[in-house]
Amino acid sequence: MLSQLGENARFLAGGQSLIPLMKLRFSNPSHLVDLSFVPSTAYIKEESGALHFGALTRHAEIENSATAAMIPVLHDCAAGIADVQVRNRGTIGGSLAEADPSGDWATVLLTQDTELRCLGPKGERTVPLRDFITDAYTTVLDHDELIREVIVKIPPKGSGGAYLAFKRSAPVYPTASAAVQLTLDDGACKDAVIALGCVGLTAVRAKDSEDALRGRKIGDKAIAAAMEAARTAADPQPDMRGSAEYKRKLVAALVKRAIEIALRRARGEQVEVGHIYA
Amino acid sequence: MPDTFEKVAIQLRVNGKTHSLTVEPRMLLVELLREALDLTGTHVGCDTTYCGACTVIMNGAAVKSCTVFAVQADGAEIVTVEGLEKDGKLHAIQRAFGDSFGLQCGYCTPGLMLSTLQLLSTNRQPSEKDIRKAIAGNTCRCTGYQNIFKAIQLAAQNSKGA
Repeated sequence: MLSQLGENARFLAGGQSLIPLMKLRFSNPSHLVDLSFVPSTAYIKEESGALHFGALTRHAEIENSATAAMIPVLHDCAAGIADVQVRNRGTIGGSLAEADPSGDWATVLLTQDTELRCLGPKGERTVPLRDFITDAYTTVLDHDELIREVIVKIPPKGSGGAYLAFKRSAPVYPTASAAVQLTLDDGACKDAVIALGCVGLTAVRAKDSEDALRGRKIGDKAIAAAMEAARTAADPQPDMRGSAEYKRKLVAALVKRAIEIALRRARGEQVEVGHIYA
Repeated sequence: MPDTFEKVAIQLRVNGKTHSLTVEPRMLLVELLREALDLTGTHVGCDTTYCGACTVIMNGAAVKSCTVFAVQADGAEIVTVEGLEKDGKLHAIQRAFGDSFGLQCGYCTPGLMLSTLQLLSTNRQPSEKDIRKAIAGNTCRCTGYQNIFKAIQLAAQNSKGA
Protein backbone atom coordinates (compact mmCIF):
# COMPACT_ATOMS: atom_id res chain seq x y z
CA MET A 1 0.00 0.00 0.00
CA LEU A 2 2.82 2.38 0.87
CA SER A 3 4.45 1.90 -2.54
CA GLN A 4 1.16 2.88 -4.26
CA LEU A 5 1.11 6.16 -2.33
CA GLY A 6 4.54 7.17 -3.56
CA GLU A 7 7.91 7.53 -1.95
CA ASN A 8 6.91 10.32 0.43
CA ALA A 9 4.36 8.14 2.18
CA ARG A 10 5.28 6.85 5.62
CA PHE A 11 4.02 4.46 8.23
CA LEU A 12 2.69 5.94 11.47
CA ALA A 13 3.06 3.85 14.63
CA GLY A 14 2.59 5.59 18.00
CA GLY A 15 3.46 8.96 16.48
CA GLN A 16 5.35 10.26 19.50
CA SER A 17 8.50 10.90 17.44
CA LEU A 18 7.05 11.32 13.97
CA ILE A 19 4.33 13.86 14.78
CA PRO A 20 6.78 16.21 16.59
CA LEU A 21 9.23 15.81 13.67
CA MET A 22 6.43 16.74 11.25
CA LYS A 23 5.60 19.85 13.27
CA LEU A 24 9.26 20.88 12.98
CA ARG A 25 9.06 20.15 9.22
CA PHE A 26 12.00 17.75 9.61
CA SER A 27 9.65 15.16 8.20
CA ASN A 28 7.12 16.08 5.54
CA PRO A 29 5.27 12.96 4.40
CA SER A 30 2.64 13.20 1.65
CA HIS A 31 0.62 10.39 3.23
CA LEU A 32 0.64 8.55 6.52
CA VAL A 33 -0.58 4.99 6.88
CA ASP A 34 -1.66 4.52 10.50
CA LEU A 35 -0.72 1.05 11.68
CA SER A 36 -2.63 1.23 14.95
CA PHE A 37 -5.79 -0.12 13.33
CA VAL A 38 -4.01 -3.33 12.30
CA PRO A 39 -5.09 -6.08 14.73
CA SER A 40 -2.72 -8.35 16.68
CA THR A 41 0.33 -6.12 16.44
CA ALA A 42 0.68 -5.47 20.19
CA TYR A 43 1.67 -8.45 22.32
CA ILE A 44 4.40 -9.72 24.63
CA LYS A 45 5.04 -13.44 24.81
CA GLU A 46 7.75 -15.85 25.87
CA GLU A 47 8.61 -18.50 23.33
CA SER A 48 11.56 -20.90 23.21
CA GLY A 49 13.89 -18.87 25.42
CA ALA A 50 13.10 -15.49 23.94
CA LEU A 51 10.67 -12.64 24.47
CA HIS A 52 8.63 -11.63 21.44
CA PHE A 53 7.20 -8.13 21.20
CA GLY A 54 4.66 -7.14 18.57
CA ALA A 55 6.02 -4.03 16.89
CA LEU A 56 3.12 -1.87 18.08
CA THR A 57 3.47 -2.86 21.72
CA ARG A 58 3.43 0.40 23.64
CA HIS A 59 6.17 1.35 26.11
CA ALA A 60 3.57 1.40 28.92
CA GLU A 61 2.55 -2.19 28.14
CA ILE A 62 6.19 -3.28 28.41
CA GLU A 63 6.64 -1.24 31.62
CA ASN A 64 3.70 -3.04 33.25
CA SER A 65 4.34 -6.54 31.88
CA ALA A 66 5.55 -9.32 34.19
CA THR A 67 6.69 -11.24 31.10
CA ALA A 68 8.86 -8.36 29.88
CA ALA A 69 10.33 -8.05 33.39
CA MET A 70 11.98 -11.46 32.87
CA ILE A 71 14.67 -9.26 31.30
CA PRO A 72 14.79 -6.49 33.95
CA VAL A 73 16.67 -4.07 31.74
CA LEU A 74 13.71 -4.00 29.34
CA HIS A 75 11.43 -2.94 32.18
CA ASP A 76 13.92 -0.25 33.23
CA CYS A 77 14.06 1.12 29.69
CA ALA A 78 10.31 1.11 29.09
CA ALA A 79 9.51 2.67 32.49
CA GLY A 80 11.93 5.55 31.91
CA ILE A 81 11.00 6.63 28.40
CA ALA A 82 9.66 10.19 28.46
CA ASP A 83 6.47 10.41 30.57
CA VAL A 84 3.22 8.52 31.18
CA GLN A 85 1.44 10.12 28.24
CA VAL A 86 4.19 9.35 25.73
CA ARG A 87 4.62 5.80 27.04
CA ASN A 88 0.88 5.27 26.55
CA ARG A 89 1.24 5.98 22.81
CA GLY A 90 4.82 5.29 21.73
CA THR A 91 5.76 1.81 20.50
CA ILE A 92 8.91 -0.31 20.57
CA GLY A 93 8.79 -0.96 16.81
CA GLY A 94 8.20 2.68 15.99
CA SER A 95 11.08 3.76 18.18
CA LEU A 96 13.51 1.35 16.49
CA ALA A 97 12.31 2.21 12.97
CA GLU A 98 12.62 5.95 13.70
CA ALA A 99 16.25 5.34 14.77
CA ASP A 100 16.58 8.63 16.61
CA PRO A 101 20.19 8.86 17.89
CA SER A 102 18.81 9.72 21.34
CA GLY A 103 16.21 6.93 21.45
CA ASP A 104 16.38 4.52 24.39
CA TRP A 105 15.47 1.15 22.88
CA ALA A 106 18.32 0.76 20.40
CA THR A 107 20.94 1.35 23.11
CA VAL A 108 19.44 -1.20 25.47
CA LEU A 109 18.64 -3.82 22.85
CA LEU A 110 22.15 -3.64 21.36
CA THR A 111 23.39 -5.22 24.60
CA GLN A 112 20.90 -8.06 24.16
CA ASP A 113 20.66 -10.76 21.52
CA THR A 114 17.99 -8.92 19.50
CA GLU A 115 16.51 -9.70 16.12
CA LEU A 116 13.86 -7.85 14.15
CA ARG A 117 11.33 -9.61 11.96
CA CYS A 118 10.67 -7.25 9.10
CA LEU A 119 7.85 -7.48 6.57
CA GLY A 120 7.49 -5.94 3.13
CA PRO A 121 5.95 -6.69 -0.27
CA LYS A 122 8.92 -8.96 -1.03
CA GLY A 123 8.20 -11.06 2.03
CA GLU A 124 9.65 -11.43 5.48
CA ARG A 125 13.27 -11.25 6.64
CA THR A 126 14.98 -11.33 10.02
CA VAL A 127 17.64 -8.70 10.70
CA PRO A 128 19.92 -8.67 13.77
CA LEU A 129 19.58 -5.29 15.51
CA ARG A 130 23.33 -4.61 15.18
CA ASP A 131 22.87 -4.53 11.36
CA PHE A 132 19.56 -2.66 11.43
CA ILE A 133 20.39 0.97 12.21
CA THR A 134 22.94 2.37 9.79
CA ASP A 135 22.92 6.09 10.55
CA ALA A 136 20.90 8.75 12.37
CA TYR A 137 17.22 8.24 11.47
CA THR A 138 18.31 5.59 8.95
CA THR A 139 17.74 1.84 8.94
CA VAL A 140 18.01 -1.00 6.43
CA LEU A 141 14.22 -1.01 6.04
CA ASP A 142 12.98 -0.48 2.49
CA HIS A 143 10.52 2.35 2.02
CA ASP A 144 7.54 -0.01 2.10
CA GLU A 145 8.91 -2.41 4.70
CA LEU A 146 8.12 -2.41 8.41
CA ILE A 147 9.11 -4.12 11.64
CA ARG A 148 6.67 -6.85 12.53
CA GLU A 149 8.23 -8.27 15.70
CA VAL A 150 11.14 -7.64 18.07
CA ILE A 151 12.73 -10.83 19.46
CA VAL A 152 15.02 -10.63 22.49
CA LYS A 153 16.74 -13.76 23.79
CA ILE A 154 16.49 -14.24 27.56
CA PRO A 155 20.03 -13.99 28.98
CA PRO A 156 21.44 -17.10 30.73
CA LYS A 157 21.64 -17.48 34.50
CA GLY A 158 24.62 -15.56 35.86
CA SER A 159 24.00 -12.72 33.43
CA GLY A 160 22.76 -9.28 34.49
CA GLY A 161 22.05 -6.02 32.73
CA ALA A 162 21.51 -2.38 33.54
CA TYR A 163 20.43 0.70 31.60
CA LEU A 164 20.94 4.21 32.88
CA ALA A 165 19.87 7.36 31.09
CA PHE A 166 20.63 10.84 32.39
CA LYS A 167 17.87 13.34 31.68
CA ARG A 168 17.19 16.98 32.51
CA SER A 169 13.48 16.28 32.82
CA ALA A 170 11.08 13.47 31.98
CA PRO A 171 9.70 14.52 28.56
CA VAL A 172 13.09 15.20 26.94
CA TYR A 173 15.54 12.80 25.38
CA PRO A 174 18.45 11.79 27.63
CA THR A 175 21.70 13.77 27.58
CA ALA A 176 23.56 10.46 27.53
CA SER A 177 22.82 6.84 28.33
CA ALA A 178 24.64 3.57 28.87
CA ALA A 179 23.55 -0.06 28.78
CA VAL A 180 25.66 -2.91 30.16
CA GLN A 181 25.14 -6.68 30.09
CA LEU A 182 27.60 -8.80 32.11
CA THR A 183 27.82 -12.58 32.25
CA LEU A 184 29.77 -14.02 35.15
CA ASP A 185 31.46 -17.39 35.46
CA ASP A 186 32.87 -18.29 38.85
CA GLY A 187 33.10 -14.61 39.82
CA ALA A 188 35.01 -13.55 36.73
CA CYS A 189 33.53 -11.70 33.78
CA LYS A 190 32.90 -14.23 31.05
CA ASP A 191 31.28 -11.78 28.69
CA ALA A 192 30.51 -8.06 28.62
CA VAL A 193 28.42 -6.02 26.20
CA ILE A 194 28.31 -2.24 26.54
CA ALA A 195 26.36 0.24 24.42
CA LEU A 196 26.27 4.04 24.63
CA GLY A 197 23.34 6.24 23.63
CA CYS A 198 23.03 9.91 22.56
CA VAL A 199 26.78 10.20 21.98
CA GLY A 200 26.95 9.45 18.26
CA LEU A 201 24.79 9.25 15.15
CA THR A 202 23.60 5.84 16.32
CA ALA A 203 23.83 3.93 19.58
CA VAL A 204 27.44 2.67 19.71
CA ARG A 205 29.02 -0.49 21.07
CA ALA A 206 31.97 0.39 23.33
CA LYS A 207 34.05 -2.65 22.39
CA ASP A 208 37.22 -1.49 24.14
CA SER A 209 35.19 -1.05 27.34
CA GLU A 210 33.96 -4.61 26.93
CA ASP A 211 37.55 -5.86 26.43
CA ALA A 212 38.58 -4.09 29.62
CA LEU A 213 36.18 -6.31 31.56
CA ARG A 214 36.08 -9.60 29.67
CA GLY A 215 38.05 -12.44 31.26
CA ARG A 216 38.83 -10.44 34.42
CA LYS A 217 37.53 -10.14 37.94
CA ILE A 218 35.70 -6.83 37.84
CA GLY A 219 37.33 -4.44 40.31
CA ASP A 220 38.14 -0.74 40.46
CA LYS A 221 40.97 -1.04 37.96
CA ALA A 222 38.93 -2.83 35.30
CA ILE A 223 36.04 -0.40 35.77
CA ALA A 224 38.36 2.60 35.41
CA ALA A 225 39.71 1.14 32.17
CA ALA A 226 36.16 0.53 30.88
CA MET A 227 35.23 4.13 31.73
CA GLU A 228 38.23 5.54 29.91
CA ALA A 229 37.46 3.39 26.86
CA ALA A 230 33.82 4.59 26.91
CA ARG A 231 34.99 8.21 27.02
CA THR A 232 37.05 7.56 23.89
CA ALA A 233 34.31 5.58 22.10
CA ALA A 234 31.82 8.39 22.59
CA ASP A 235 31.62 10.92 19.77
CA PRO A 236 28.99 13.36 21.02
CA GLN A 237 27.72 16.57 19.45
CA PRO A 238 27.81 19.65 21.65
CA ASP A 239 24.31 21.09 22.00
CA MET A 240 21.99 22.70 24.55
CA ARG A 241 22.22 19.54 26.67
CA GLY A 242 25.95 19.96 27.16
CA SER A 243 29.41 20.24 25.60
CA ALA A 244 31.05 17.25 23.95
CA GLU A 245 33.54 16.92 26.81
CA TYR A 246 30.76 17.04 29.42
CA LYS A 247 28.87 14.27 27.61
CA ARG A 248 32.02 12.12 27.39
CA LYS A 249 32.55 12.43 31.14
CA LEU A 250 28.87 11.81 31.78
CA VAL A 251 28.68 8.69 29.64
CA ALA A 252 31.78 7.26 31.37
CA ALA A 253 30.17 7.81 34.77
CA LEU A 254 26.97 6.13 33.55
CA VAL A 255 29.03 3.15 32.35
CA LYS A 256 30.57 2.84 35.83
CA ARG A 257 27.21 2.89 37.58
CA ALA A 258 25.65 0.52 35.04
CA ILE A 259 28.52 -1.97 35.48
CA GLU A 260 28.02 -1.92 39.24
CA ILE A 261 24.29 -2.59 38.93
CA ALA A 262 24.72 -5.24 36.21
CA LEU A 263 27.25 -7.02 38.46
CA ARG A 264 24.81 -7.13 41.36
CA ARG A 265 22.06 -8.41 39.10
CA ALA A 266 24.36 -11.03 37.57
CA ARG A 267 24.95 -12.28 41.12
CA GLY A 268 21.21 -12.68 41.51
CA GLU A 269 20.43 -9.54 43.51
CA GLN A 270 17.16 -7.70 42.86
CA VAL A 271 18.05 -4.10 42.11
CA GLU A 272 15.56 -1.39 41.28
CA VAL A 273 16.90 1.07 38.72
CA GLY A 274 15.39 4.14 37.12
CA HIS A 275 16.54 6.93 34.88
CA ILE A 276 18.60 9.64 36.55
CA TYR A 277 17.40 13.24 36.57
CA ALA A 278 19.58 16.32 36.72
CA MET B 1 2.15 17.54 -0.48
CA PRO B 2 -1.36 17.74 -1.92
CA ASP B 3 -2.93 21.23 -2.04
CA THR B 4 -6.25 20.07 -0.68
CA PHE B 5 -7.01 17.43 1.88
CA GLU B 6 -9.82 15.00 1.48
CA LYS B 7 -11.78 15.12 4.69
CA VAL B 8 -12.30 11.96 6.67
CA ALA B 9 -15.47 10.99 8.51
CA ILE B 10 -14.86 9.97 12.11
CA GLN B 11 -16.98 9.19 15.13
CA LEU B 12 -15.84 9.46 18.72
CA ARG B 13 -17.29 9.78 22.20
CA VAL B 14 -16.21 12.78 24.23
CA ASN B 15 -17.29 12.97 27.87
CA GLY B 16 -20.00 10.41 27.17
CA LYS B 17 -21.45 12.16 24.13
CA THR B 18 -21.09 10.76 20.62
CA HIS B 19 -19.89 13.11 17.88
CA SER B 20 -19.78 12.35 14.14
CA LEU B 21 -17.78 14.81 12.08
CA THR B 22 -15.50 15.11 9.07
CA VAL B 23 -11.99 16.37 9.64
CA GLU B 24 -8.85 17.06 7.68
CA PRO B 25 -6.40 14.21 8.23
CA ARG B 26 -3.78 16.66 9.49
CA MET B 27 -6.03 17.98 12.27
CA LEU B 28 -4.74 17.23 15.76
CA LEU B 29 -6.98 15.84 18.47
CA VAL B 30 -6.49 18.97 20.57
CA GLU B 31 -7.68 21.12 17.64
CA LEU B 32 -10.73 18.94 17.22
CA LEU B 33 -11.59 19.28 20.90
CA ARG B 34 -11.02 23.02 21.09
CA GLU B 35 -12.12 24.21 17.68
CA ALA B 36 -14.67 21.69 16.41
CA LEU B 37 -16.27 20.82 19.76
CA ASP B 38 -15.58 24.10 21.59
CA LEU B 39 -14.14 22.24 24.58
CA THR B 40 -11.52 24.84 25.38
CA GLY B 41 -10.61 23.43 28.80
CA THR B 42 -7.94 21.35 27.07
CA HIS B 43 -5.02 23.74 26.58
CA VAL B 44 -2.23 24.01 24.05
CA GLY B 45 0.96 24.85 25.90
CA CYS B 46 4.10 23.94 24.01
CA ASP B 47 2.67 22.01 21.04
CA THR B 48 5.89 19.94 21.12
CA THR B 49 4.88 16.89 23.25
CA TYR B 50 6.60 18.40 26.28
CA CYS B 51 4.33 20.29 28.65
CA GLY B 52 1.24 18.10 29.02
CA ALA B 53 -1.26 21.00 29.14
CA CYS B 54 -3.17 19.17 26.39
CA THR B 55 -3.44 15.88 28.33
CA VAL B 56 -6.74 14.05 27.88
CA ILE B 57 -7.82 10.48 28.57
CA MET B 58 -8.15 8.40 25.41
CA ASN B 59 -9.52 4.87 25.84
CA GLY B 60 -8.53 4.94 29.50
CA ALA B 61 -4.97 6.18 28.96
CA ALA B 62 -3.59 9.70 29.42
CA VAL B 63 -2.27 11.07 26.12
CA LYS B 64 -0.95 14.40 24.87
CA SER B 65 -3.71 15.45 22.48
CA CYS B 66 -1.29 17.68 20.53
CA THR B 67 0.52 14.51 19.48
CA VAL B 68 -2.45 12.47 18.29
CA PHE B 69 -4.21 13.08 14.97
CA ALA B 70 -7.97 13.50 15.25
CA VAL B 71 -8.44 10.63 12.77
CA GLN B 72 -6.51 8.37 15.16
CA ALA B 73 -9.24 8.97 17.72
CA ASP B 74 -11.87 7.46 15.41
CA GLY B 75 -13.95 5.14 17.58
CA ALA B 76 -12.23 6.32 20.77
CA GLU B 77 -13.66 7.28 24.13
CA ILE B 78 -12.21 10.62 25.28
CA VAL B 79 -12.44 12.36 28.64
CA THR B 80 -11.51 16.03 28.90
CA VAL B 81 -11.54 18.31 31.93
CA GLU B 82 -15.14 19.25 31.06
CA GLY B 83 -16.06 15.60 31.68
CA LEU B 84 -14.93 15.60 35.32
CA GLU B 85 -17.84 17.57 36.71
CA LYS B 86 -21.08 15.57 37.08
CA ASP B 87 -24.53 17.18 37.53
CA GLY B 88 -23.06 20.49 38.61
CA LYS B 89 -20.85 18.82 41.22
CA LEU B 90 -17.10 19.09 40.99
CA HIS B 91 -15.10 15.86 40.81
CA ALA B 92 -13.07 14.89 43.92
CA ILE B 93 -9.90 15.74 41.99
CA GLN B 94 -11.17 19.22 41.12
CA ARG B 95 -12.18 19.87 44.73
CA ALA B 96 -8.79 18.69 45.98
CA PHE B 97 -6.92 21.02 43.60
CA GLY B 98 -9.04 23.91 44.87
CA ASP B 99 -8.80 23.00 48.55
CA SER B 100 -5.02 22.50 48.40
CA PHE B 101 -4.36 25.59 46.26
CA GLY B 102 -2.82 23.20 43.71
CA LEU B 103 -2.81 25.88 41.04
CA GLN B 104 -1.94 29.49 40.41
CA CYS B 105 -2.48 30.63 36.83
CA GLY B 106 -4.39 27.43 36.08
CA TYR B 107 -3.03 26.86 32.58
CA CYS B 108 -1.53 23.43 33.36
CA THR B 109 -4.35 22.39 35.71
CA PRO B 110 -6.69 20.55 33.31
CA GLY B 111 -3.80 18.37 32.13
CA LEU B 112 -2.63 17.73 35.68
CA MET B 113 -6.12 16.75 36.79
CA LEU B 114 -6.43 14.24 33.95
CA SER B 115 -3.00 12.76 34.73
CA THR B 116 -4.25 12.47 38.32
CA LEU B 117 -7.41 10.75 37.07
CA GLN B 118 -5.34 8.14 35.25
CA LEU B 119 -3.08 7.64 38.29
CA LEU B 120 -5.96 7.14 40.71
CA SER B 121 -7.79 4.82 38.31
CA THR B 122 -5.00 2.27 38.66
CA ASN B 123 -3.50 3.19 42.04
CA ARG B 124 -5.80 4.34 44.85
CA GLN B 125 -3.00 4.88 47.37
CA PRO B 126 -0.12 6.38 45.41
CA SER B 127 3.20 6.97 47.17
CA GLU B 128 5.07 10.23 46.70
CA LYS B 129 7.23 8.46 44.11
CA ASP B 130 4.14 7.22 42.26
CA ILE B 131 2.78 10.76 42.15
CA ARG B 132 6.07 12.22 40.89
CA LYS B 133 6.19 9.60 38.13
CA ALA B 134 2.55 10.15 37.18
CA ILE B 135 2.90 13.90 36.65
CA ALA B 136 6.43 13.94 35.22
CA GLY B 137 4.88 14.78 31.84
CA ASN B 138 3.00 17.83 33.13
CA THR B 139 4.88 21.10 33.42
CA CYS B 140 3.77 23.79 35.88
CA ARG B 141 5.68 27.07 35.86
CA CYS B 142 3.90 28.70 38.82
CA THR B 143 3.54 26.47 41.81
CA GLY B 144 6.78 24.59 42.29
CA TYR B 145 4.56 21.49 42.44
CA GLN B 146 4.34 21.27 46.25
CA ASN B 147 0.66 22.11 46.44
CA ILE B 148 -0.03 19.93 43.42
CA PHE B 149 1.40 16.98 45.38
CA LYS B 150 -0.82 17.87 48.30
CA ALA B 151 -3.83 18.13 45.99
CA ILE B 152 -3.20 14.70 44.50
CA GLN B 153 -2.69 13.17 47.95
CA LEU B 154 -5.93 14.79 49.10
CA ALA B 155 -7.76 13.62 45.98
CA ALA B 156 -6.56 10.06 46.68
CA GLN B 157 -7.84 10.28 50.26
CA ASN B 158 -11.16 11.78 49.21
CA SER B 159 -11.64 9.19 46.46
CA LYS B 160 -11.39 6.29 48.91
CA GLY B 161 -14.55 4.27 48.94
CA ALA B 162 -15.87 6.33 46.02
